[in-house]
Amino acid sequence: MAPLGAHAEMLDVEKDELKFGFIKLTDMAPLAIAYELGYFEDEGLYVTLEPQANWKVLLDGVITGTLDGAHMLAGQPLAATIGYGTEAHIVTPFSMDLNGNAITVSNAVWELMKPNLEMGADGLPQHPISAAALLPVIDQFADEGRPFNMGMVFPVSTHNYELRYWLAAGGVNPGYYSPDDVSGQIGAKAYLSVTPPPQMPSTMEAGTIDGYAVGEPWNQAAVFKKIGVPVITDYELWKNNPEKVFGMTAEFVEENPNTTIAITKALIRAAKWLDENDNANRLEAVDILSRSEYVGADAEVIANSMTGTFEYEPGDIRDVPDFNVFYRYFATYPYYSDAIWYLTQMRRWGQIAEDKSDDWYADVAKSVYRPDIYLQAARMLVDEGMIAEGDIPWDTDGFRPSTDEFIDGIAYDGRTPNAYIDSLPIGLKTGETAASK
Amino acid sequence: MSIASDIGSKGRSDDRRQKLFAGINRASAWLGALGLGWLTPLLKIAAGDNPREQMGELRDSLVFPLMGIVIFGLAWAALAPQVQTSLGAIPGPVEVWEQAGALWQDHVDEREKEAAFYTRQDDRNAKLIAEGREDDVKFRGFTGKPTFIDQIFTSLKTVGLGFAIATVIAVPLGIASGLSRPFNGALNPLVQLFKPVSPLAWLPIVTMIVSAVYVDVNDAFPKALIISAVTVTLCSLWPTLINTALGVASIDKDLINVGKVLQLSTPTTIAKLVLPSAMPLIFTGLRLSLGVGWMVLIAAEMLAQNPGLGKFVWDEFQNGSSNSLARIIVAVLTIGVIGFMLDRVMFTLQTAFTFSSNR
Repeated sequence: MAPLGAHAEMLDVEKDELKFGFIKLTDMAPLAIAYELGYFEDEGLYVTLEPQANWKVLLDGVITGTLDGAHMLAGQPLAATIGYGTEAHIVTPFSMDLNGNAITVSNAVWELMKPNLEMGADGLPQHPISAAALLPVIDQFADEGRPFNMGMVFPVSTHNYELRYWLAAGGVNPGYYSPDDVSGQIGAKAYLSVTPPPQMPSTMEAGTIDGYAVGEPWNQAAVFKKIGVPVITDYELWKNNPEKVFGMTAEFVEENPNTTIAITKALIRAAKWLDENDNANRLEAVDILSRSEYVGADAEVIANSMTGTFEYEPGDIRDVPDFNVFYRYFATYPYYSDAIWYLTQMRRWGQIAEDKSDDWYADVAKSVYRPDIYLQAARMLVDEGMIAEGDIPWDTDGFRPSTDEFIDGIAYDGRTPNAYIDSLPIGLKTGETAASK
Repeated sequence: MSIASDIGSKGRSDDRRQKLFAGINRASAWLGALGLGWLTPLLKIAAGDNPREQMGELRDSLVFPLMGIVIFGLAWAALAPQVQTSLGAIPGPVEVWEQAGALWQDHVDEREKEAAFYTRQDDRNAKLIAEGREDDVKFRGFTGKPTFIDQIFTSLKTVGLGFAIATVIAVPLGIASGLSRPFNGALNPLVQLFKPVSPLAWLPIVTMIVSAVYVDVNDAFPKALIISAVTVTLCSLWPTLINTALGVASIDKDLINVGKVLQLSTPTTIAKLVLPSAMPLIFTGLRLSLGVGWMVLIAAEMLAQNPGLGKFVWDEFQNGSSNSLARIIVAVLTIGVIGFMLDRVMFTLQTAFTFSSNR
């Protein structure tokens, strides 16, 4: 396939000069690839990509219109639309990737955790590592009068929910949110706070936090800098979990329907390129991502996770072929059930303070996730011969089948969110509020 | 006869030499202002002056400063590798020099990409015209990233704009408060109150106000540029204001009295008496202001993520690659050199506009 073969059918785009924001993380790859390989230009779009300081700045940029769209945490469009934090109607026609995160603890914490781990025959710890191994360490901290602090990237980030999921599955209460207390530390044993992704390693090195949940390359960076040890990847927490989305305001999508489809087309092509031929293009992607205008970290650090391996302790390199998934398993399709999982976690931890009906969850998901736009873009790409018919789940009703591939084995079905919330051991259940806990 | 002509020719050559030396002496004031004072003794030696006499001068103006730089470089090269950071050892002069080269190469590459972008655009447009779709022809600007060199020019433009606004505000206010005691009394507490405020404190306020007020964004003056420039203004106008007021207040009373006797109008008094007398101090204030402005700008850009050298430094810090520290040091040295050159430019202007330190 000729990457610059501009035989794409150009839509009559309403706005052709666009500015997209991103955070320096490897999962912004579809944007960098669509730009570098000329996919945006093929659609008649002149795109400028701009790194943002943190998720808050990025979200504000999209809401105020300084940015036309951005690489976003899946929770951000949902939280903004239901009015948690800044209120704005943000939609997404494109899911950017699956997996790609990990939880890292500092060397000191790792040494304290080690005696609690089960070792394999090869002398290396057995994975996945449960937070139960962390529990005695947290108790030791408490005895010494020290809080156990961990970083995550944003209150409605995947990382916040993943870190909480892992801690709760191991019996550690990460604390609740309430309308009066948005610190999320009500009743907490481990104290979670916000740190922007690229600052995670230096913040942990400075001793402000004892561990963190973040996307790549900032876990591998801790290994390379010898300041911390990733204990679990999100793939081990929940196999093929949804991660980032591409977000735009509902207003922008309404005013620029063709532009939106054109953007989605370019991004789908980029995602396909990233996973094509068994990740054959990943090294080239690593080279592009390591440039200072994109992620900027050293190529060898980025390559570690992007090429399907993951280094836990220095030297403990294991195969995680699906660490970063951009196209396989219908990764780009915006499933309602993915959105609903995030909403269940917001309810579980008190960000959604009151009970909501199952219908409410489905309605919110349908107002934010826009598979209709996605399918239009995909249909055009199939007609142009850019992607195969079988790459797209044409007949889905937007709900993935029920799955129990979580670390604690609890089944999730997006059609019954309230039943799911009630089945989780630590967390608010039907009728409960943070105050009643 | 021959003796007389000898004396005559010697006199003429002496005359020429005198003129030459007078010329060199005149030039030396300018060379000094430009930071090239060490050229003066070299020129004098070249013109035939006694080398021994000039050696002392040369040693002070060239050899010692060079020694300072060399000693600093050696100490840096020796000490830097001793400090291990999580990004590797602190880079020495060699690594920094390599990164400076890499940044330049990056700039060259980006310009090539820009050329390729326009070629592609031209091809696309040519094809559209060939297909008879002239209406669809578009000309769009290059969408690539700003390089290090681009960021330098962005920063210079920003500091220039901020400094210009500061000057326009501070000089008239300074003159007014120098001339009028009541006005000075009213202004003084405000100056004392706002002078010590850091750019990092101004920035949030400026960002909100500029965003609210500056709605029709002009392409030549994007919002980020205005925000950084106004922050620079707020921090850098004080030295000019204070020095101007001081300069105006300390004019020789006789001059003012003469003006009164001649019944000069206020504008004439200001133009003919006040400004020329206060000029040296006004320029001192401007020099200080420009220095403060340049220093403040980098902080403002870093915090607000506005384009410029500050953003370059912040992005590199976030990148956390093994080259990042060396690149940040390149930026630090560049900031220093540009700051020095800005100061020299102001000093040269001061030399040009004022004939002596007081009149």
